[in-house]
Amino acid sequence: MAPISAHTVLIVAAILFILGLAGVLTRKNIIFMLISIEIMLNAAGLAFIAAGSRWQQPDGQIMYLFILAMAAAEVSVALAMVYRSIISIRHWTWKI
Amino acid sequence: MPLLFYLSSAIAIIATIMVITRYHPIHALLYLVVSFLAIAMVFLSLGAPFAAALEVIVYAGAIMVLFIFVVMMLNLGKETAAQEKEWLRPGVWIGPGVLTLVLLMEMTILLLAPPQRAVAMAVVTPRQVALSLYGEYIIAVELIGFLLTTGIVGAAHIGKQKKKSLHRFLQA
Repeated sequence: MAPISAHTVLIVAAILFILGLAGVLTRKNIIFMLISIEIMLNAAGLAFIAAGSRWQQPDGQIMYLFILAMAAAEVSVALAMVYRSIISIRHWTWKI
Repeated sequence: MPLLFYLSSAIAIIATIMVITRYHPIHALLYLVVSFLAIAMVFLSLGAPFAAALEVIVYAGAIMVLFIFVVMMLNLGKETAAQEKEWLRPGVWIGPGVLTLVLLMEMTILLLAPPQRAVAMAVVTPRQVALSLYGEYIIAVELIGFLLTTGIVGAAHIGKQKKKSLHRFLQA
């Protein structure tokens, strides 16, 4: 079988990124939008890994680590905000 | 290794398509776990075993558990699925779908330009990653530590139950 071309990996990453972008643009529910943002971040990480293995350097994996940590921090804060807002909306409508 | 790459990238793309078309949040999250596991296999086939392990542990483990906890605590179930079904009509998704498809075609045409280079089949070991991470990237590691601490403090502050304080005009 032919060896993997670096461009093929980048095309896979582009397809995943485009799918995430389509999800963000189409969905209206905040949970689904956060999921699509996770897909996009993951596709960016895949592109970094592809670059790192193309040049045989560890820098790609290090950038992937930074993306991972950023995604974890972002998702914890965003989910806390979603939780607060939905709980407060429910409380408000229940009181009325 | 190429077979592993093509197979797992096909699984990742199909699972991601399923994620963005599901109505029920839990179904979407489970397909997203499948997609992350497939991307971990792609990392493994590209010679990055450390990144593959981190993908499984942090993305498919920690971040997805956070999402599932929030969905279950908010009890998003049948009503959310019905609302999504109401919102996700063809008139809503066809415009963004066509635009993103055009963008994808542009990127593919650019990427299929002649100079194709093969990915070398050597593994970048965790030892190399660690030596580089704690050598030349040490400032960035400290900054990421700051970022994670800020995230923890921010999430704890936002999630804290505050006492309701009404404005004095609104008090009965």
